[in-house]
Amino acid sequence: MTEETVTVAPKPDLPPPSAATGPVAWLKENLFSSPLNIALTIISLLLLYLIVPPLLNWIIVGATWVFPTEVIIGDRSPRYADCGPDGACWLFVRTRIEQFIFGFYPETERWRVILSFILGAVGIYGLLGGPERFRRQAAIGFFVVFPILSFWLLRGGLGLLPVPTSQWGGFMLTLVIALVGIVLSLPFGILLALGRRSNLPIVHLLCVIFIEFVRGVPLITVIFMANIMLPLFLPPGYDVNVLLRVLVGTTAFVSAYMAEVVRGGLQAIPKGQFEGAMALGLGYWQMMRLIILPQALRVSIPSIVNTFIGFFKDTTLVSMVGLYDFLNMVKAGSKDANWIGADLTGYTFCAIVYWVCCFSMSRYSMHLERKLHTGHKR
Amino acid sequence: MADISVGRRSQRSSVAWWRDERKRGLIWQILVVAVLGLGIWLVIQNMVANLRAMGVPLGFGFLDAPAGFAISFSLIPTNLNSSIGRLIFAGMLNTLMASAISIVIATIIGVVIGICRLSKNYLISRLATAYVEAVRNVPLLVQLLFWYEATIQLFPNVRQAASLLDLVFLSNRGVYMPRPLPQEDFGIVLMALLVGLVIAFIIAYWARRRQEATGQQFPKVRVGIGIVIGLPLLVSLLLGNPVEWQIPELKGFNFQGGLVVQPELAALVLGMSTYTAAFIAEIVRGGILAISHGQTEASYALGLRPGTTLRLVIIPQSLRIIVPPMTSQYLNVVKNTTLAGAIAYPDLFSIIGTSLNQTGRAVENIAIMMVFFLIISLLISLFMNWYNKRIALVER
Repeated sequence: MTEETVTVAPKPDLPPPSAATGPVAWLKENLFSSPLNIALTIISLLLLYLIVPPLLNWIIVGATWVFPTEVIIGDRSPRYADCGPDGACWLFVRTRIEQFIFGFYPETERWRVILSFILGAVGIYGLLGGPERFRRQAAIGFFVVFPILSFWLLRGGLGLLPVPTSQWGGFMLTLVIALVGIVLSLPFGILLALGRRSNLPIVHLLCVIFIEFVRGVPLITVIFMANIMLPLFLPPGYDVNVLLRVLVGTTAFVSAYMAEVVRGGLQAIPKGQFEGAMALGLGYWQMMRLIILPQALRVSIPSIVNTFIGFFKDTTLVSMVGLYDFLNMVKAGSKDANWIGADLTGYTFCAIVYWVCCFSMSRYSMHLERKLHTGHKR
Repeated sequence: MADISVGRRSQRSSVAWWRDERKRGLIWQILVVAVLGLGIWLVIQNMVANLRAMGVPLGFGFLDAPAGFAISFSLIPTNLNSSIGRLIFAGMLNTLMASAISIVIATIIGVVIGICRLSKNYLISRLATAYVEAVRNVPLLVQLLFWYEATIQLFPNVRQAASLLDLVFLSNRGVYMPRPLPQEDFGIVLMALLVGLVIAFIIAYWARRRQEATGQQFPKVRVGIGIVIGLPLLVSLLLGNPVEWQIPELKGFNFQGGLVVQPELAALVLGMSTYTAAFIAEIVRGGILAISHGQTEASYALGLRPGTTLRLVIIPQSLRIIVPPMTSQYLNVVKNTTLAGAIAYPDLFSIIGTSLNQTGRAVENIAIMMVFFLIISLLISLFMNWYNKRIALVER
């Protein structure tokens, strides 16, 4: 009897029934599972149909992108009438884009603006995303070296052509206000938060009053107050630059919000950390600097970024005291006699720029949150 | 025992004063107060000197002076001769009214969008996400200017106003609607409404007592709504027609009569409610997601239907999470109305600005505005504390 090897090979699995997987099942599960769901699907399709094609048409297809020949030749300057009636007038943005970015900054000196913002970007990268070893250098660079260097670059003097702040404007001014706010508000906010958690009753009370007062009133009233009251508070004859007044107001405002963010971080630190630090014989400032704040700030980085996003949007309010930030520059541009009617395009452009900035920052903050929370995951 | 305490005392006194934490704290605080006091004294000195140099004394007497400027919209009658104080009061009312309308609309849109984001329907949840991400990443001021200067100004002019059944007219001067004119008998209808409300409350109380005692339920909501709406309706039908509707008519260059919502108010409410709705949607979504799925499963196991589960189990628990951030959004709405100045709606901020320009009284005007906003935020945080205390988990 010969041995026969019987190979029992299982038959290949049958594919799952087509009603349970694949695009049809997905549609059935996600879009048509019940009468209500079907109705919702139809409504959303209708909404999409009503919104998306006209919007794309207005922004891209029907919009005017290129200048007419007589403008290119140089016979005359472009104007709103060069644009088609049923689309965005991107000629407006193309004509004015340099003003939107640099304001009235002299053309030959614009490399200074670009250079200082590259420095700022490098600093932020080093602080948040760069290698851990250089974090300390990055912090010193961003909070001490960068402000001094970029002040010199932007303002001029010491060998560079001085540019008065009245010529600053556009997106550059928006960035200046936002960055000054964040660089100054972090140290002030930390001090206020420590003061609020202090055992000394008077220090605690003063910090609570400042924080709650500033958080209780709208930003525009703080800017307004700084703009109008600051000259009154100083000895007669002192004249403070408008930009400086606004910066004082915005910094005070963000500091109060930053203080609450840092306080949240401090509260997340277990009591054992404080007790451990004290048991090692560290004094108050040593304990804060070496043990508590590094942990607390690390926890609150996502909230700090979120506060910054909110503040970045709020910088538009400086236009209400007459500074030409990005929004106000676009608004002023669309009031030009050549460009009457271009305001819809202008505001759309503004909205797109702010959206891109804020959306990418919020995505980055979510990424940081995930990255920083790995320590707690099991 | 005695020895130890003596020892401690002597130990404490042997510590140098600059190493004693309490004494050091005291000295620090005295220093802080001294520096701050000096600063404030200097500031006040400067301010008094500056104001004297400008020839404006401090004081609130200017509030009674005739303003000399008019505002385009107010809830109380004002004219060119109204006192500045009255106009500022009108501005406060305008601020509160715009905030109240925006809050109601924003809450409705926000709750709907928040629930849509949780929907299993792929399309609708993606649409809701797109709305939230699109709206909350663009500054409110850009949106307000967009609605006001770019969109509402594009509406047809008065002569070609778009009309709805010839009752509601949409034009670049605003939205015109029929205005209800209460007649003499209207008071009786209001009385009927009041009586209906009282009856509904009594029924609700009775239904709850009966359910607690016997377990039998009573459709109190449906009956209550029926009584509150039905009774006044019945009375007004019996009385004939207690409300006349004044319909706007095109006469000359503008509409006459009717209720008008000005473009400024419309743009402000539109911009603010769509903006705030995005934040409210996120709060609602977070609040509902925070309730663990076990709660739903447990209540299904008890035999509750999905609707009842939502109403009696999920929503009461998520409200505890939703309400605190929601109140701070409402406070934000009140604060954001100050942006109305940019689109010429006469809110408190823009009236204060005008008054400041006219009178030169910077300190007093800004103080009024600050106090107004501080009182509102104080009221809202008092409410929040009360609510948190009422709704807090009662643990064993």
